[in-house]
Amino acid sequence: MSEETSNRGQHDIGGLNVDSLIDKSEHRLSLSERRVDAMMNLLFAPDRKIFNIDEMRNAIESLPSDLYEKYNYYERWTLAMEKLLIGKGIMTAEEIAAKVTEIRARLREAGISA
Amino acid sequence: MSSHEHGSEHSHDHDHDHAHGDDDLLAEVFEGGPPDDYEVLEIALRELLFDKGVITPAELKAKITEWDGKSPENGARLVARAWVDPDFKQRLKDDFYSAATELDIDTAGPKLVALESDDDVHHVFVCTLCSCYPRAVLGIPPEWYKSKEYRSRVVVDPRGVLEEFGTTLPDSVDVRVTDNTAENRYFIIPKRPEGTDGMSEEELAKLVTRDSIIGVTEALKPG
Amino acid sequence: MSTDPLPQRFRVGDPVRVKPEFRPGHLRTPWYIRGKVGVVDGTIGNYWNPETSAEGGDGKPDRMVYHVCFKQTDLWPDYHGKNSDELIVDIQDHWLDAASMEEVKAGNLS
Repeated sequence: MSEETSNRGQHDIGGLNVDSLIDKSEHRLSLSERRVDAMMNLLFAPDRKIFNIDEMRNAIESLPSDLYEKYNYYERWTLAMEKLLIGKGIMTAEEIAAKVTEIRARLREAGISA
Repeated sequence: MSSHEHGSEHSHDHDHDHAHGDDDLLAEVFEGGPPDDYEVLEIALRELLFDKGVITPAELKAKITEWDGKSPENGARLVARAWVDPDFKQRLKDDFYSAATELDIDTAGPKLVALESDDDVHHVFVCTLCSCYPRAVLGIPPEWYKSKEYRSRVVVDPRGVLEEFGTTLPDSVDVRVTDNTAENRYFIIPKRPEGTDGMSEEELAKLVTRDSIIGVTEALKPG
Repeated sequence: MSTDPLPQRFRVGDPVRVKPEFRPGHLRTPWYIRGKVGVVDGTIGNYWNPETSAEGGDGKPDRMVYHVCFKQTDLWPDYHGKNSDELIVDIQDHWLDAASMEEVKAGNLS
């Protein structure tokens, strides 16, 4: 059974964690988070389907467990989106890295250190 | 270096409280300090998607605006109509999409299934596996709905979870939890509160909260 | 190759057992319900199979998604609530086997 238990997805949590209270505080999503949400929805929409919703969920569920634990909902979405876009051949890891470097330089020039 | 539509915006927007006007949606504005790695990654993925023609800035702005425009208000209107019109309530249960169009509410997307709470049964839904939610009528889900704590606990201790939301049900009422694991979505018609006879639909809609449509609370009492 | 939906194997009122399978993959049948017995309470419609769709396929052929109803006291040893409280899970046809009402009455925790 222990081998089977290791097959339990890290997202498959119904019935676990029974002693923790729910944090009911609300906060408006940041602009960045709203963009991630919108981008993801555009990418898996039926009329575009760069990937489908099940590939999206699978990408999130199969993130390495240390990243899954450490990062919040939209951070996981961003990581999953990156993984899927590379996997589908839309962009390469090198292109992303080059773009990140460019962006950091631009933000520094604009006085927003990154 | 390719040009981007937002390229001219970032140099002046970052000092302002961004007003979420359409042009601001792609601005490089970061609340609470410099952007973290994920915010930078979001920009990188977005710019590459624009560069490669996978999505356009206009499409992205439209999608953000669309989601920003969805709130529980539409859900509340549907409940209020269901309360005053039993035939409408049945139509909502039989074919949610068509019934919602009677109120000019577009619920295109995953099929919505209405569950009705009454004197005997109180419904509540969850997506234990991810965060499936009736966005078309409620907007983006709150953090707690997506949390480990809610998703893991409400299936095994729904009455305890309801208590945390201030909801105590009489012993006569059964609790029915629905775990939204498939591609449809749920929508709960909460029980109509006592003392609401004669109220207009508009007044009734004000008693219907997002949380009562999820099922962690009941509808508000009047007055 | 036919893309008709798979035959609908169960009807409302049928006792069913969720397959006691614990394999890896993008499975939309929660762990806590695997191997448990319940009763079909409703049908939602034919949908694609997310397990194969997650690998990039189209998930065809479609198959029925059922509301399957479980008694809470029958799922959780220390359930705090009424004996008549229930839990409904949306489960696809290929995850279900026929069961008997005797098995339903005997429960999942005996």
